[in-house]
Amino acid sequence: MRRIAITATVAIIVTGLMIVAMLRADEFTEKDQQRWQQEYMSVVAEGRELWVSPDLGTNGVACAQCHPNAANTHPETYPKFQQQLGRVVALRDMINWCLMNPLEGAPLDLDSREMVAIEAYVTYERRGVALAPGKH
Amino acid sequence: MKNQNRRDFLKTAGVLTAVSCLPINLVELAFADSRKNFTFAYISDSHIQQIEGSKFVRNWDRGLIRAVAETNLLDPKPDFVVFGGDLAQLGKKSELDHGAEMLAKLNYKTYCVMGEHDYYLDLGEYWSKLYGDHYYSFNHKGVHFIVLNSILTYDDWTYNRWPTAEQRMNEMAGLDNPNGSPFMVGEKQRQWLSKDLEKVSKDTPIVVFSHSPIQKIFKGWNFWTDDAEEVQALLQPFDDVTVIYGHVHQIQYNQIGNISFNAVMATAWPWPYPRSYAQNKDFVPKLTVPMNRANPFHERDATGWQLIDLDSGRVALRYNLYDNTNRTVAYNPLTGRPEDKDFQDKAKRIPSQEHY
Repeated sequence: MRRIAITATVAIIVTGLMIVAMLRADEFTEKDQQRWQQEYMSVVAEGRELWVSPDLGTNGVACAQCHPNAANTHPETYPKFQQQLGRVVALRDMINWCLMNPLEGAPLDLDSREMVAIEAYVTYERRGVALAPGKH
Repeated sequence: MKNQNRRDFLKTAGVLTAVSCLPINLVELAFADSRKNFTFAYISDSHIQQIEGSKFVRNWDRGLIRAVAETNLLDPKPDFVVFGGDLAQLGKKSELDHGAEMLAKLNYKTYCVMGEHDYYLDLGEYWSKLYGDHYYSFNHKGVHFIVLNSILTYDDWTYNRWPTAEQRMNEMAGLDNPNGSPFMVGEKQRQWLSKDLEKVSKDTPIVVFSHSPIQKIFKGWNFWTDDAEEVQALLQPFDDVTVIYGHVHQIQYNQIGNISFNAVMATAWPWPYPRSYAQNKDFVPKLTVPMNRANPFHERDATGWQLIDLDSGRVALRYNLYDNTNRTVAYNPLTGRPEDKDFQDKAKRIPSQEHY
């Protein structure tokens, strides 16, 4: 009997906490949103710096040399089948391909801060375009 | 007679396309009245880029070496070659010297055009030692040729804005850099042009070589000349005017009044069309059928050089594309504008000509 009471109490407390937590998740303000956007834009700015950097690869060539404003990168089409690689790849796989080939450099870790920053920049320049996964 | 020549040319051009896989010295152009016609080759935008010491970016080197080698194989030989600017990437003496060494292997008289990548380090001083005047004109077989330096900009930007020459060069070298400044021919050169044209009769064909388009396409990437209208006004009174420009690394063509505009490809790398930038509302001239989309896995794709036929003062431009189907854009006297020989008709276009 006592055991049931304890279980019931714990259940009530946990449920209560969950309700509080859910309420809190809903309670963000415009100020919070602005801060989150600023966080995002600071990573976009990091990505832009990498995009124009002559030091990302080894030969001084920058991404922006062939892709001004990240044009012709088509982030909205990934993942897609890349016929030359023979499989479906993510945008970050193509970013690494460019790093290794035209930039004659080393690939980035797929979960690195730099890779996320480059993706943030590329997709920001493409904002407003409808998703078209797989498109060529 | 002019139309007859054109039809003959188009027939020949069809044969040219068919034999494009064969060595180029098998190609022979034949015209009904060959006395009026001549050819020249146009190589542009090589962007020779130093890594350090004697190391240069191999990819860009290969583009120029190939253009020079193929141009030297032409038979019949072109009357001359034009280099359309941006020989160097950052205007360095080492880059200009390395590029000039490759260009010097051309077996023909070569005329050079100034590009912004050649200019903004030392304001064209070393380039001048190699190639002479920044703007000039010459006559050849009844055609008046004008070479403009169209990549100048506001004095304040050039002389007062940047602490070092290196920074000035870097700021102008970034195509999409918001710190850049719009290109222009400038008043001094327009006055020279006006004077130069005084001696030329209105029925003399005129061909202008400039690095930037003498028209306004997309300011964000300097596909743009700020005083384009003023320069065009000086050229409009003449019957046959063609402007050939580099800088854009892509096929573009347009017709404004009497002036035909033709862009040339780079030997280094292709650029996206302005329509591919989602935040931009500017498009290339409606008339242009875009180049076939580049496949980055083919290193030389969507790069190349041009063989230009001057048929009675009008231009037929054959794009020799290293890893892509060759294209021909020729002035059509029936419609009074440049047209793609194969793809002008919308129904004939292929999927890779859709840029997005």
